[in-house]
Amino acid sequence: MESIKSQQVTFKVFRFNEETDYLPYYNTYILDVTHEEVVLDILNRIKWDHDGSLSYRRSCRHGICGVCSIKANGKAILACKTRLFDLIETFGSEITLEPLSTKRAIKDLIIDKKDFWDKHAQVNPYLVSDIEETPASEHLVSPHDAEKLLEADYCIQCGACHYSCPALEINDEYIGPAAFAAAYRFSADVRDEASLDRLHVVNAEAQGVWDCVKCMECAEVCPKEVNPIEKITKLHNMVFEAGIAKNNVATRHAVGFAHSIAKHGLLDEGELVRYSEGNIGVLKHVPVAIKMFAKGKIVLPWNMPKADKLDEIKKLVKSSSTVKF
Amino acid sequence: MEKLKYALFTGCTAKESTPEQMMSTLAVAKKLGIELVELTEASCCGASHLQDYDDFLSLVLNARNIAYAEKHGLTMVTICNTCQLNTAMTKHRLDHNAELKAKVNAKLSEVGLEYKGTSQITHFLYAIIDDFGLDKLKEMIVKPLSQFNIAPFYGCHNIRPSELQNETHKNPESAYRPTSLDDLIVACGGASVDYEEKNKCCGFHAELQAPRTAAILTGNAVAGAMDANADWMVTPCPLCHLKLDTQTHHASVAIGREVSLPVLHMQQMVGLALGCTPDELGLKHHVTKVNFI
Repeated sequence: MESIKSQQVTFKVFRFNEETDYLPYYNTYILDVTHEEVVLDILNRIKWDHDGSLSYRRSCRHGICGVCSIKANGKAILACKTRLFDLIETFGSEITLEPLSTKRAIKDLIIDKKDFWDKHAQVNPYLVSDIEETPASEHLVSPHDAEKLLEADYCIQCGACHYSCPALEINDEYIGPAAFAAAYRFSADVRDEASLDRLHVVNAEAQGVWDCVKCMECAEVCPKEVNPIEKITKLHNMVFEAGIAKNNVATRHAVGFAHSIAKHGLLDEGELVRYSEGNIGVLKHVPVAIKMFAKGKIVLPWNMPKADKLDEIKKLVKSSSTVKF
Repeated sequence: MEKLKYALFTGCTAKESTPEQMMSTLAVAKKLGIELVELTEASCCGASHLQDYDDFLSLVLNARNIAYAEKHGLTMVTICNTCQLNTAMTKHRLDHNAELKAKVNAKLSEVGLEYKGTSQITHFLYAIIDDFGLDKLKEMIVKPLSQFNIAPFYGCHNIRPSELQNETHKNPESAYRPTSLDDLIVACGGASVDYEEKNKCCGFHAELQAPRTAAILTGNAVAGAMDANADWMVTPCPLCHLKLDTQTHHASVAIGREVSLPVLHMQQMVGLALGCTPDELGLKHHVTKVNFI
């Protein structure tokens, strides 16, 4: 690949004008691209040499303003940071460029990011600290405490994770990975005084961290290595540590693993569902359970297998547990 | 080639809701001459939920499982994507953080164990591709699946985050255009079907907390495979399998369209091509009938 200096690529570019078009369409451009070029160079070339009406957002050109994020063959990217030759290596020489969210397109690759900013606003993404106008001394943060915030602080609000999150695509209420990373960023800051308020927001059903589907796409797609899912896990932990975890299906589902492991070493699948849902809630799973039982897919409680050296596991669960529920 | 030998971490579903996965793993290993030493002492990996409640406990338990593989001096092979992710993530964290490793080892020493970081962790899919080799597998195929269009369903926890997953792969796998399972299908003589949902989420991990989200994701996955003219689906993950095999009724209701396809475990597909019998592969344990055998 290194020796190839240029290559012909077919670009299919999403076009739509919400003021004049009922439906979007795609324009095709066949261009020779060089190995130094990034996607933003291509967009510029299309606009400057072929079609001046193509619209897209661009500003800093070095991966810090976050406005040029679009999707290439379904993968959310920063146009200014993504080399064409890397895309070609993954997807071949036909590249489809689309807005981050086609249903939110205003003009071509430009979307209305209102939902993204609304979700951010929901978590108060700023430091809340009641300090005097002229404090006697600085409020210093130790390197150790600052390190906890670093990754989350790298977020440039590009929306790559937000518009790649499958949970958010389905559930409009869900706050989503970018805003959760921001919620963690400020809640974990030793100077912040609104941590508990934020934790209540991320702990709420439907909108909160419990609706994460654990697909890891936010970690994969983030161009700044914020690793939002890791921050979501930390928010889960903080909710338990703050003692505000509600007694509901989501929290019991997480806690149920610890119970089951302490008893069998393994997960008791049936008991996890019963414990999470409660004795009434579990009834809605009975039709599927009957079908599974008929196919030999349900282990009855008295046949539950146990891990060998279960005493070791019991001992470790007892001595290593750090949380109470 | 030296005989391949691994420490097998079965995970919980292989012992409970997907017995066919355990049966087909052993049947395929036997056919391929791969020796699997089962880690009978292993605990549940926490399935990406225990760490939400107690991250440290999750680390200690996973480190203990790896420590047993290390005692055998073997690479750990997993047969569940979520076991793979949780175990590999634990290894990554401990290998890159001496302080954390020392804390975890302080706990493990209470039961006479130590996590050293000497065992690799790989999913059976990649053990077949990287270590056994698809060329060699092709030579052993006696019943090529040439009449079938097969839709690969990769499962999130084998392909994301790719930086972590690729630490143990010979050939890097792209999370956006994965090829391993497609290659395996082709090696078994089948035609692999391309469709948008093949690297997407099945919804399994949100099934209880967010049932609507989970059901729609399942529905989209099966609908995508059906629209691409797949005869059946195949997955390396028993959790994806559970969702796609047993939950199609909820999925159909959620997306307003009747969706259903037979779904095979990756091991069952390989087993069929190697000439194993349907009984050996546990095909009768599926809720969605395997109607093509």
